Amino acid sequence: MSIPLPRGPRPAAPSPASTALTFAWRAVLKFRHVPEQLFDLVMTPIMFTLLFTFIFGGALAGSSTAYLQWFIPGILVQTTVFNTVYSGMGLSTDLSKGLFDRFRSLPIWSLAPFAGLMAGDMLRHTIAGAIILGIGLGLGYRPEAGLSGILGSWLLLMAVGFGWGWIFIVLGLVLRTPMTVMTLGFAVLFPVTFASNIMVDPATMPGWLQAFVAVNPISSMTTAMRSLMAGTAALPEIGLALLSPALLTLALAPLVLWLYRRK
Amino acid sequence: METDLAIRARGLRRAFGNLKAVDGIDLDVPRGMIFAILGPNGAGKTTLLRMLATLTRPDDGTAQVMGHDLARHPERVRAAIAMTGQFASLDEDLTGHENLVMLARLWGFGWRAGRGRAAELLAAFDLSDAAKKQVKDYSGGMRRRLDIAASLIVTPGVLFLDEPTTGLDPSARAGVWRLIRGLAAEGVTILLTTQYLEEADQLAGRIAVIDHGRKIAEGTSRELKAQTGSGMLHVTPLDPGNRQIALGLLGEAAQSDPEGGRISVPVADDAEASAHLARLAEANIRLAEFSLGAPSLDEVFFALTGREAA
Repeated sequence: MSIPLPRGPRPAAPSPASTALTFAWRAVLKFRHVPEQLFDLVMTPIMFTLLFTFIFGGALAGSSTAYLQWFIPGILVQTTVFNTVYSGMGLSTDLSKGLFDRFRSLPIWSLAPFAGLMAGDMLRHTIAGAIILGIGLGLGYRPEAGLSGILGSWLLLMAVGFGWGWIFIVLGLVLRTPMTVMTLGFAVLFPVTFASNIMVDPATMPGWLQAFVAVNPISSMTTAMRSLMAGTAALPEIGLALLSPALLTLALAPLVLWLYRRK
Repeated sequence: METDLAIRARGLRRAFGNLKAVDGIDLDVPRGMIFAILGPNGAGKTTLLRMLATLTRPDDGTAQVMGHDLARHPERVRAAIAMTGQFASLDEDLTGHENLVMLARLWGFGWRAGRGRAAELLAAFDLSDAAKKQVKDYSGGMRRRLDIAASLIVTPGVLFLDEPTTGLDPSARAGVWRLIRGLAAEGVTILLTTQYLEEADQLAGRIAVIDHGRKIAEGTSRELKAQTGSGMLHVTPLDPGNRQIALGLLGEAAQSDPEGGRISVPVADDAEASAHLARLAEANIRLAEFSLGAPSLDEVFFALTGREAA
């Protein structure tokens, strides 16, 4: 058996951008080979959209169509935040299968695998968001700001996905199995997204809950989404929405690096 | 720093909580050699390998790999090594070809060159037919071959193989052995771990036996066998009915192999072996086969550790 072992000079080390691009390519390939994962990403939000719009919509907003205007920007935030759980599960799987060991034994920028993970997430968030928005438009949702509103919302969603994604990268690194990541992830995210202004106007909630909803970063992100879609977004609103993604990135990116090197 | 050692380790230690996984190991691995780390499950083999591959940080001790210091220049060590872990470190959702292209890209190949390198490796590893199949549909042997191919995108100075044949059937194992020998013939230093004594015996130029995180013996297979100080006489009576009589004649240390009908007895030298054979001839026990051999590594392991190998 003859094994081709090149003797000449090796190619120059790839740039961080090229490395991240390679990881993003991997994410695209995964979509191609495992299209079922789309089902995981959009099943819950589609179910929520249909249930809330047709069952509660009339009672909450007078009509299903009126409720859609309120609900779609919020469910987009919830979808994005929920889907960060899957990236933590993916990381946990890579770690348990030893694939990350191979990445770590390569002479590449040590955060590159995470940048790649993030790049894959951005793609996932975009696809899931597009599906939910498409269903919303089909049911009669009409963003007043049109295309520019959609674009602005997309950028905000990317920031949300990026910032909140760090939480599940940390959990993916710390927890032993992908199942634990999922169970813990949803146990936290379900109450946090419900105790916000995504589904209903908090005006009828008890005072203590209203206080929580007011400081819940999910609420400020949802409010900013609604304003962007309506074309009424003001800078402070956007700034407030970006606060939690920015803080999470600043706090957790160094932690991820530390956890990763400590292993 | 040029040296004729591919790996030089001194006093490597790593504990996980109370468990001293590696408890002060020195290692000198010459360049171009197949070096085996032999030990039972939980002996510390994997931890030792992971430390040398920069994946686990030592608590104490120093090591140089291909002349680069593990603690000071881990990135240079990474550029000089490749590691194939115990569990196939591949993306199961991707095809074999895509896995290799991804790794080639991470080594700095362009898309076109990366695809070329991937195809070349798949052909060399007899995987061209499976190039477009997802890795999850590969057999154990194919997976392992792809995993080793993934470590050869560029030519490594040292290739670490953690239990390269564990869980493989005999023919897949033979395939991996051929591969390892072929790589060594090309000048790649190979440090492998194994729990199979036969594997170390077959492949390795030198063997370090480790147990409970410590090195308990090191040498060539022949040297390790010599440490037990005796050989074995094996005889197979022509008439199976004579087995019990032969066992009695050969003394208390004789043991019968239940399947093959072979009887083995330790002997100090060839004179003692001749005496045994003469006794059987006197009793008119004809032999189908007899041989005198060095003890197996199983027996060596037992002699060194006082317990059976896992």
